[in-house]
Amino acid sequence: MNCGSDKVIYMDNNATTRVAPEVVEAMMPFLTDCYGNPSSMHTFGGQVAGAIAEARESIAALIGADPEEIVFTSCGTESDSTAILSALQTYPDNRHVITTRVEHPAVKNLCENLDGLTGHKHRITRLQVEADGMLIPDQYEESLSDDTAIVSVMWANNETGVIFPVEEMAVMARDRGILFHTDAVQAVGKIPINLKDSAIDFLSISGHKLHAPKGVGVLYIRKGTPFIPFINGGHQEHGRRGGTENVASIVGLGRACRLAAEKMEEENVRVRRLRDKLESGLLAKIPRSMLNGHKTSRLPNTANISFEFVEGESILLHMDKYNICASSGSACTSGSLEPSHVLRAMGVPFTAAHGSIRFSLSVYNTEEEVDFVLEKMPEIIANLRAMSPFWND
Amino acid sequence: MWDYTDKVKEHFTNPRNVGEVDNADGVGEVGSLACGDALKLTIKVNDKGVITDARFKTFGCASAIASSSALTEMVKGMTVEEAEKITNEDIANYLGGLPKEKMHCSVMGREALEAAIANYRGVFLPMAQGEVVCECFGVTDLEIIRAIKESHLRSVEEITNFTKAGGGCGKCEDRLREILHQTVEGLQMEPKKAKKEQRMTTLQKIKKIEEVLEREIKPTLKKDGGDIELIDVDGDFVTVSLRGACAGCQSSRTTLKVYVEKKLRELVSDSLIVEEDR
Repeated sequence: MNCGSDKVIYMDNNATTRVAPEVVEAMMPFLTDCYGNPSSMHTFGGQVAGAIAEARESIAALIGADPEEIVFTSCGTESDSTAILSALQTYPDNRHVITTRVEHPAVKNLCENLDGLTGHKHRITRLQVEADGMLIPDQYEESLSDDTAIVSVMWANNETGVIFPVEEMAVMARDRGILFHTDAVQAVGKIPINLKDSAIDFLSISGHKLHAPKGVGVLYIRKGTPFIPFINGGHQEHGRRGGTENVASIVGLGRACRLAAEKMEEENVRVRRLRDKLESGLLAKIPRSMLNGHKTSRLPNTANISFEFVEGESILLHMDKYNICASSGSACTSGSLEPSHVLRAMGVPFTAAHGSIRFSLSVYNTEEEVDFVLEKMPEIIANLRAMSPFWND
Repeated sequence: MWDYTDKVKEHFTNPRNVGEVDNADGVGEVGSLACGDALKLTIKVNDKGVITDARFKTFGCASAIASSSALTEMVKGMTVEEAEKITNEDIANYLGGLPKEKMHCSVMGREALEAAIANYRGVFLPMAQGEVVCECFGVTDLEIIRAIKESHLRSVEEITNFTKAGGGCGKCEDRLREILHQTVEGLQMEPKKAKKEQRMTTLQKIKKIEEVLEREIKPTLKKDGGDIELIDVDGDFVTVSLRGACAGCQSSRTTLKVYVEKKLRELVSDSLIVEEDR
């Protein structure tokens, strides 16, 4: 199948990323000749176990962890569920969970369904955010309580790119003997992370957000953290996650993590500059447009911009004509009838929430692409506004 | 990505009749920014009652824009009397269909047309009355009942797809189910009981219904020379066909409601509603 990837201007990297060519290359032997089971006794399988061990080291190195603290899973969502449900089983008398109003559905919907999943009643505190998407400082400390089993706060928000102070928050949880989990699928590979001296107990990674394939994730479990597996079965991952390893993808993720380490500076300098150019250009060229999310405490690749009085799906479909890929927090694109819960939590007015577009860049984007988007967007927005009953020139 | 027809895409990319008619004879405005879609329709009507021009301004997704464009094309050249017969299904059909989650866009088109015609005639629209059931999207019971009747809706999900009611916080879901049952059945029902029923898959439900028909109902009807056949099961709605002496029998409706439905509710599920296939 030719899906025309050579033509697209891909600015939807918070949804998923291109599998890096180096990653594909690293994976190929494990999709062809090296098909042994890493658990086997023979040398043929043993080599594969060696490749997994190497990948584990690469991932650990990227986040400043020990290789034993890395557990492979199938995706970020599995990692999130594993961490939170483990904590609740570890402390069955603690029925309080702290999270935020702006979590990814992987955590948000899990928390909404905890009572049904566990058969117990839970108290959930959902921390509020301010207009810039940042947490309200005192609310977190006040909500930590004797019956809190776990805190789960994302490192960076997928829609706005806003970065939360999870390291400080984890210290506050540890001081009270409370486990701390962070969904870091958007942060890992984009900003430097060092867990060595942190108080974070669990951290989730998703392969396909950092140029590895879909279908592989990681749960970091700090040494000494009490843990109860989510998927039971074989002795894989030292009994912490049953199931034969997704070898090729794990090897791919290892390679992707090494690449991310190599390109960390490029991501934070060149990509950030491209993002800033795109963002300031759009805000300058298009009237009644605004940035959603904190200006500086933000991932280097993400810009979430609202264009008032026009609707996101319509904008995206017009962008699609030019092969520009992005996403929107509008109601119509979600399949639900309400706009993004993240933007609503931030108090973004409806006039703007329905017209929000998220651009998320990667190291594969070029200056020419940014210029092209800057050239096309004003015309797209102007055409839709000419049709909008709420727009007056 | 939505599965839009080529016609939807075409009307979205090249919308017809964008703008406002000068000195409009009828103006219809529906929807709001908060709801995520809104449409302002303006029409020009000549002294013979023919719509000579129609223009729209729409805030919304591709299907909302395409529905508005289609609507203006459809009504131009029609008399007001002809135009007021246009249903939301007509608009959707004109576009070769809409994804089911987007049917409310065609409903918005029809509502705007109604509002414009009422405005032309200088009459007050009864739709604005009624009790607001869905507070998130401001949908009244009258609008919901009408959608159920006109578009043959059979589940709360379908009501949401067509009217948006229940698509926000979801608090009105029980009330929607109640309205659905009342409307379809045409009689008062008890509000949904708190007790949770064992949920059956549709297949299990069909099997159980067939069993009860064979074992309990058919033998009884056959005594009077009648018979019954299961035609379809759609959610809680059971469609049957009455045969033999029952067909055309004056009291067949009573048989259906008082006997068949009662039996099925007793032995299969107490939320079932039996209808006759016509």
